[in-house]
Amino acid sequence: MQRNDDYLQRRVHLAPLTDEELKDRFWELAKQLVEPLVELADTHTSPSVERSVLLRMGFSSMEAKEIVQHCEEQGLLGKGAGHAVWRLAALKKIDYREAGLQLGKGQGWEKLAQFWAKGGA
Amino acid sequence: MILNHEDKISLEAILTDLQTYRPKRKGWTWRKPHATGKIGPFTYKQTSESLQASGGLPASKYFNSIDPQPDCVITTEIASGRFEDDIRRMRMAAWHGADHLMVIRTAGQSHFDGLIEGTPEGVGGVPITRKQLRATRKALDYIEEEVGRPINFHSYVSGVAGPEVAVLFSEEGVNGAHQDPQYNVLYRNINMYRSFVDAAVAKKMMATSGMAQIDGAHNANATAREAWKVMPELMVQHAINCQYSVMVGMLKDKICLSTVPPTAPPAPCISLDLPYAVALRQLFKGYRFRAQMNTKYMESCTREVTTTHVLNTLLSRLTSADIQSTITPDEGRNVPWHYNNIHGVNTAKQALLGLDGIMDYVTLNFDGPLGEKVRELKERACLFMEEIVASGGYFTAVSQGFFVDSGFYPERGGDGIARQMNGGVGAGTIVPRDKDYMAPVCDHFGYNKLPADCSVTEPCDLIDGCTLCHSEKIQWIDELDPEDNVYKRLAQNETERKEGLLRPEVQWHGDGIVCMTMFLPAAERVAEFAAKDIAERLGLEDVEVIHKQAMHPSEGALIEVKGKVPFGIDPAKLVIPPLVEPLSEEAIRQYVSENKLKIVAATVGEDEHSVGLKEILDIKHGGIEKFGIECNYLGTSVSVEKLADAAVEIGADAILASAIISHSDIHRINMRRLHQYCQEKGIRQDLIVVCGGTQITNEMAKEEGMDAGFGRGTKGVHVASFLVDQHRANKKG
Repeated sequence: MQRNDDYLQRRVHLAPLTDEELKDRFWELAKQLVEPLVELADTHTSPSVERSVLLRMGFSSMEAKEIVQHCEEQGLLGKGAGHAVWRLAALKKIDYREAGLQLGKGQGWEKLAQFWAKGGA
Repeated sequence: MILNHEDKISLEAILTDLQTYRPKRKGWTWRKPHATGKIGPFTYKQTSESLQASGGLPASKYFNSIDPQPDCVITTEIASGRFEDDIRRMRMAAWHGADHLMVIRTAGQSHFDGLIEGTPEGVGGVPITRKQLRATRKALDYIEEEVGRPINFHSYVSGVAGPEVAVLFSEEGVNGAHQDPQYNVLYRNINMYRSFVDAAVAKKMMATSGMAQIDGAHNANATAREAWKVMPELMVQHAINCQYSVMVGMLKDKICLSTVPPTAPPAPCISLDLPYAVALRQLFKGYRFRAQMNTKYMESCTREVTTTHVLNTLLSRLTSADIQSTITPDEGRNVPWHYNNIHGVNTAKQALLGLDGIMDYVTLNFDGPLGEKVRELKERACLFMEEIVASGGYFTAVSQGFFVDSGFYPERGGDGIARQMNGGVGAGTIVPRDKDYMAPVCDHFGYNKLPADCSVTEPCDLIDGCTLCHSEKIQWIDELDPEDNVYKRLAQNETERKEGLLRPEVQWHGDGIVCMTMFLPAAERVAEFAAKDIAERLGLEDVEVIHKQAMHPSEGALIEVKGKVPFGIDPAKLVIPPLVEPLSEEAIRQYVSENKLKIVAATVGEDEHSVGLKEILDIKHGGIEKFGIECNYLGTSVSVEKLADAAVEIGADAILASAIISHSDIHRINMRRLHQYCQEKGIRQDLIVVCGGTQITNEMAKEEGMDAGFGRGTKGVHVASFLVDQHRANKKG
């Protein structure tokens, strides 16, 4: 869209504001813009977010990549990849690192799918 | 390892036992204000604690060699593409006062979906990997002990692997990072939803480890066609990232706005840049300001760039800066060279010190155009956000090309960057968190539901602590590529390094590159090709012209070329005249009192420059008078004949001639004449005859018949010491 500078017409409602009120207006607008973005982030995850969780659990970048790839393929990213690792460890009563390495090799996903299909914990 | 100024940093030592190395410290550090401001003969208003070891500005030798450190953190950006060369450059930059070392990433890393490992070579930057970060942080841990101040290590948490990179940085003690999802969206075409989802987790991670964040708004300056028109939008971009960061848990004290003065001369830049800088600082009070230097209007003339950067620093002092970032004066030419990082840091340090306390002497006048423009910019920014809200929100606005438009908002050029909501790299990859979504780690941003069948209260407890709680859980990957790694690169020039062969370098160890400056009395294009030919005939390889500037369309042009020196030098085979240590002051005094030394001195020929000679003579400058030597100063522009005759008349032991002017070798001619005249008069063997001046060396003076020559940096004690030695030798002889 092309538009000439119509600042003088547009500013009419801002003109009576004091500098302090203008500043408040500025930050109110910023908040209004950003709130839905924060809400989006609060309720969603991504492959990178999940890999970052796995890194923090002590998996290498290469291990994390494998686990998240399988997790996506299984449609289980919404549970959390770290959750998948922890849950398999709990179900199989094994060390969580061992569980993660199995998931990275594509093993154990069926068990998880069954568990969550039944409504989980 | 303790670094000694006399020794090079050992890459081998840095690389040894890296797999177990842990950073000394985490989080960002601001400089500590100087307790009194009293440094050398001065009292400063805006300085921080001095360093225990550092390199001052060249002129500091006139001021007791002081090296005051400005109050703000000083940045330099390092982009050699090889971390092993970055480390040496960082050490040099830290020595000159940089405490924010920013490593540029290799081209394309922001589109790499995951982490890179090992130490491959980069293009225009270095691949950021765990090994590269750990080695660099380890080196910086030693370097900060050498200079005596914490050093902030910095890189980028952007691209499609932001959260992972943020974790990596937290684990490896990186202290600051660029993080701004808008940068991903606008400049890297990464899907907008993905960018914001990733950013929240990354920012929370950065906040947890106390890292400082720098936003990406400055890129709009560099991208917009007319950078000064983008000011209202820049304020909106800052606001979005700042507000987003606060809402995901960052402290304002760690959120830095990356601001750049939008214009540069010949634009009347202060009248455009100052209102913008003031408006920002008023609106964003409580946040931190990273003042960057202008990169938009940069050509290959390093002098022009430096002037712009000094003006940028003036703006920092007229307003404020928590971080003064620097751009190397050769940024407009190629990958910055080692010594230009130092020049950039020194430009900031020099200008900041020169402007110390300026606001005690001037005030900003808000009654004139400044106040009006500040208000107008704020209103334009508010109007911009109102229209984003009206359009349906941020994502809609981006898809409609609101950003990086060439118009001065609300003017619109219709040429903004528009991104598809469901397009870009990583589109369609975010998924909603289920009701039982769980991440078993602490400080994880967003919805996180602990399983009903567990008894812990903190997610981290499920795994007995994450890598930030227990660093031994971090997995170490050394190298993945058997060919492209640091060991192979070091092996390539191992022979030369072991033999200690020297090659010039500007970027990588021994890359052989030199720069030559020449003026050719021809039109620019002819001069350019002539210069290239000259450099090639001088034996340089891969010659390139890196700067050309007509001094006049037909009279001539200045040309700078770079080329590669095809040989190494063995320092062991160099003939280096030994430095003569002067006698002790006591020994000089004693000899002079026993022998009553007398001298005559003057500047010879048509030379009116007397400052240097007076420094050598005057007692108040520590000159030879203070040792009791009787000095007869005849003045300036004295003929060599008159000078020699005066020596005879007063029975002097020595003649001290001074010659500054060196056009047409007049300094050499005068030395020769003086020597010959003394010979003709038959007095040469009874007299010590010496000459000093900025263009004179001992070897040259001796060639022209003098007993000694004294160049730049000579002090009275050196001359007195020589006179005593020579007098003693003559007596014996």
